[in-house]
Parts: sequence; structure tokens; C-alpha cells
Amino acid sequence: MRWLIALVVLVLGRLRRRPRLDSEERIVPPGTRDRHAENVVLGLFGCATLCGGAVPAIYAFDSIPNQTQFLGLALGLAFAFVSAACIVISKRLVVTEEIEGEYGLSHPDEQEDVKRIVDESGDRLTRKRLLVLAGAGAGTALGAALITPVASLGPVLDVSSLYRTPWRRGVRLVDEGGRAFLADDIEEDTFYTAYPEHADREQMGAPLVVVRLKPEQLQLPDGRRHWAPDGILAYSKICTHAGCAIALYRKPTFTPVEPKPALVCPCHYSTFDVANGGDVLFGPAGRPLPQLPLTIDSSGELRAAGNFSGPVGPSWWGVRRHGPRS
Amino acid sequence: MRRVLAGLFVAGLLLVPAAAADPPSPGVTHVEVPPGTAAVDWGTQLFGANCVTCHGPHGKGIFSPVRGAGDQTGLGPSLSGVGARAADFYLRTGYMPLDDPHNQPHRSRVLFSDRELAALVAYVASLQPGPPVPMPHPERGKLAEGQEQFTEHCAGCHQIVAAGGYVTNAVAPPLDKATPVEIAEAVRIGPYLMPRFSDEHVSDAQLDSIIRYVTYAKHPDDRGGWALGHLGPVPEGLVTWFIGIALLVATCTVVGRRLHS
Repeated sequence: MRWLIALVVLVLGRLRRRPRLDSEERIVPPGTRDRHAENVVLGLFGCATLCGGAVPAIYAFDSIPNQTQFLGLALGLAFAFVSAACIVISKRLVVTEEIEGEYGLSHPDEQEDVKRIVDESGDRLTRKRLLVLAGAGAGTALGAALITPVASLGPVLDVSSLYRTPWRRGVRLVDEGGRAFLADDIEEDTFYTAYPEHADREQMGAPLVVVRLKPEQLQLPDGRRHWAPDGILAYSKICTHAGCAIALYRKPTFTPVEPKPALVCPCHYSTFDVANGGDVLFGPAGRPLPQLPLTIDSSGELRAAGNFSGPVGPSWWGVRRHGPRS
Repeated sequence: MRRVLAGLFVAGLLLVPAAAADPPSPGVTHVEVPPGTAAVDWGTQLFGANCVTCHGPHGKGIFSPVRGAGDQTGLGPSLSGVGARAADFYLRTGYMPLDDPHNQPHRSRVLFSDRELAALVAYVASLQPGPPVPMPHPERGKLAEGQEQFTEHCAGCHQIVAAGGYVTNAVAPPLDKATPVEIAEAVRIGPYLMPRFSDEHVSDAQLDSIIRYVTYAKHPDDRGGWALGHLGPVPEGLVTWFIGIALLVATCTVVGRRLHS
């Protein structure tokens, strides 16, 4: 009689189990279900999704104060929540068992075992699909957050903003303190930084380097004959390679034996020939430094006579295709 | 032991006369003049013996290569109007005399005695009226303003704590040995490829501040600890990657071993 009951229970039990477990016994011992831990995991994935999604949102609004710090905080929290969720899953929801020795993956039977271990480890979960969905959501939000900075690489379709500069005919050159530059005050053998009057100085196209050469030293390209009145030249201060500020001016003391006057970028030593329209003499820059045509007005002050000879700032993929000015 | 003692003895013999008489250094021609000779006249003779091959008679400059005395090719700028300021700078730093006019002048041992130097400076100053040797007052300068001005005008080449750097085709020298007068001279002259800064561009007061900052930067206050030669982010990154990360990996390995055992 006892044997009969045992047999009935066994048969019923076998029928209830999933068919794939029919013939073999479990490798991983079954564990108790933990709905509370599952809720925690769902909550953590939710928070990660929110934080990851916040990154593109914060990125989109430049007006947010301390934007960079908030971006970092959101991204950091998203990672923290995902890792917290993973910790809870591994500690509370996945059945663990220490095994002696190493997994042998060569034998087909052992591979089958590993597959079963993986399957059985997950069967404590009561809402598997929901958890997978929450995890996928967190992953997607995190991925979106990581891709967001790509937008900073610049415009793709409409590049007209890359050509926008505050310089046009008649704009006065002023120094750091807002004083106008008198042509007579510009000396040889030194360099000055100039900005457009009444314009935002943070713009890429705003800052200039102004130098003076002897008019007979100039070898400007055709069509720029009148761009350097009295030998005064103005170039964009932003290197065409990586956009650093050009802070170095080398000027020969004794021209017969020394290198010619040039503007040098301190980041990668791109060297631009000031006498010859900003031509690249050395370094990684791929195109000349944009030159700004100058005029001297009736009161002796320096003014722009137009816009730059080419796009200002670091080069981008379409810089040659789009030509000098749009 | 004997050999060491003998070596010390020989060294002593060599040192004694040096300390006693301070003989004129070889490498330049020294000119004996009777006592009471005017500095300018002595300077004229020294100039004729040492400088004229490159700078030409009366310091008018030589602009196309000329074979001169001692089979040296002469080529050099005019010294008319450069004044005592430039002469003092180039001689006191050892920039001049220069072996080859195509080389960049660099700081080297001064081969003229102080009196010879003063005579040469007086001669160059007598060629044409020119600026005198400046008298900076770094103690009147403001350190913070100095750093600001140095960052704006000088650090691009000389690096933020004046450790020196490069421009294409030239070396921007470190300023650790520069005296206040030399700094004041260099800013106004613009030696070799360095730009020149007039007093309209950098005022005398700002220059005092810059000198004060450069003097401070010889031994800067390194709040962050080990300064790694003040070379900036590249060595700092190397230390982070190769030492910091190696230490972290080592710590992780040790912790992991302990957990397993």
C-alpha cells in the first residue's frame, strides 16, 4: 500500500513538471520564490530607465545650470541602479550552488548540463517576462544616454551654423578690455588678440590674432591684395585642426638664418605662415588658417572688411565639399 | 686608495690657481688694455676681436654669408639701436658668442669677465642711442596678476611653470636660471623667435608681476603633492594608467585570493 501511494505521488509530480525535466533530476536545487526581491529589482530597473532617459533630456536643454554635472549624475546613477539590480538578482533570485572542479565544456553531455543549469537557475522567477522587459528598458535607456554625446560632433545635414561668424564689413576690432585697436598701435614682432565689437566672444568665429609684417614681406594669395592694410594681418585664433586657441607666434630676429614668421598652435604644433595667407607649414592641420580682410577707417581704427576666407574652427567631414563660404 | 689620493692632489693643484687668479676663459679672445682705458674703447677692441665676423664693422650687420677670420662664416643682424638692453641680455645669458649663426642661441657659460662684459655693452650702446638695461622691481609685482599675464602671453611656449617647451623649429627655454633683469630684457627684446612685448602691450607694472611669478615658479607650491616635473597631463596620465591602475589590479587580485582561501 505504502509503495502504491509513493508511486501515485511520483506520477502526479512528474505530470506537473515541465516535460523537459521528465527524465532527469534537477542539477540546481529548487529555491523559494521571493516576490519582494523581484519587486526591488523591478524598481531598480525602473530607476535606471528614468536616469538613463534623463541624460538626453538634460542634454537637450542648454539653459539648465550646471548641465555637465547633472549629465554626469544621471549617467552615474543609471549605471548604479543597473548594477544594484544585478546584485539583487544574483544574491536573492538566482539559485547558487558551489561545484567542485571546473566545467568541462568539451563533452556534449556536460554542455547539456550547463544549459540546464542556466535554465534551472532562472526558474525561481515568477514574473520572468516582466523582469526581462524591465531589464531591456534599462539597457535601452542607458544605451540612449551613452549615444547622446554624438550629437555634439556637429550638425550633419544643415552645416550653415558652422559658417556663421560675427564678422562682417565694418565691424570694429576691440581688445580684451573693449578698446578699439588703432592701426598705428599695432607693432611688428608681436601679436595681439582681438574680438568683434558688441558680439559674443565665446563664439568660435569671434577671436582673432592680429600681427604686423612689413608690406614687402607679404605673399598673400591672389584676390587678397587689399586684405592687409599697412601689413596688418588678422587670422582666426582657432586652429583648423582640433580647435585649440593659437597662442604661439614665432617671429625671426634675424631673417636670413631663422625660420619665417608663423602662428603656432600649442596643442599639436600646427604652424601657419602669416605672410602667405595662413598656409600650413607644419603639423596636422589640413587647411590654412582663415584670414579676415581688414581696413583702416578714417579715424585710424581697424575694422573688418568682410568675412573670413574660409570656415573657422576645426575641420569636419564636409569642409572641402562645402567650399569657402555658404 | 693611492690612486684616489693622487687624483685628489691633481684636482687640488688645478683648483688652486683657478681660485687664486681666475684666469680668462678660453673660447673668446681677451684683450689686454692699459689701466684707465675707457670702457667703450676696451669694448671696441673686444668687439673687433670677437664679434665683428658676424655683426660686421661698427655692428652694422652682415646679411649675406662672408668668410671671416678663423675660417668662420659671418652672418648676423645689425646692432645699431639695440642699445645696452639687448647687448646685456645676449652676453650675460651666454647666448653670444654663437658657434654657428644658424643655431639657436642657448644659455651657456659666460666666457667674458664682468668688466669685459660691461665694456662690450658700453660699446654696443655707443653705436646708436638705444634702450638701457631695465631695472625691474619684482617685489612691487602681484603674484596673481603675474600668473594671469604669464598664462596669457608666455605660457603657450614656456609652459605654465616656465619649465620650457617647443615651438616648431625652436626650443622655448626653461626660465629656472633667468634673473629678473634677464626676464625684463627678454620680454622687451624678444630674443630669437620670441615675440617682443612693448610697454603698451605689457606695462612695466605687469612685467614686475610676471617676473615675480616666474621667480615663484622656480619652486612652486605644489598643493597636489608630487609634481611629476610640472609637465602637465601627459605624465600624470601615464602615472595614473601604469602605476595607479596596476596597484588597483594588484589589490583586487589579493582581495580575490583571500576570499577564495
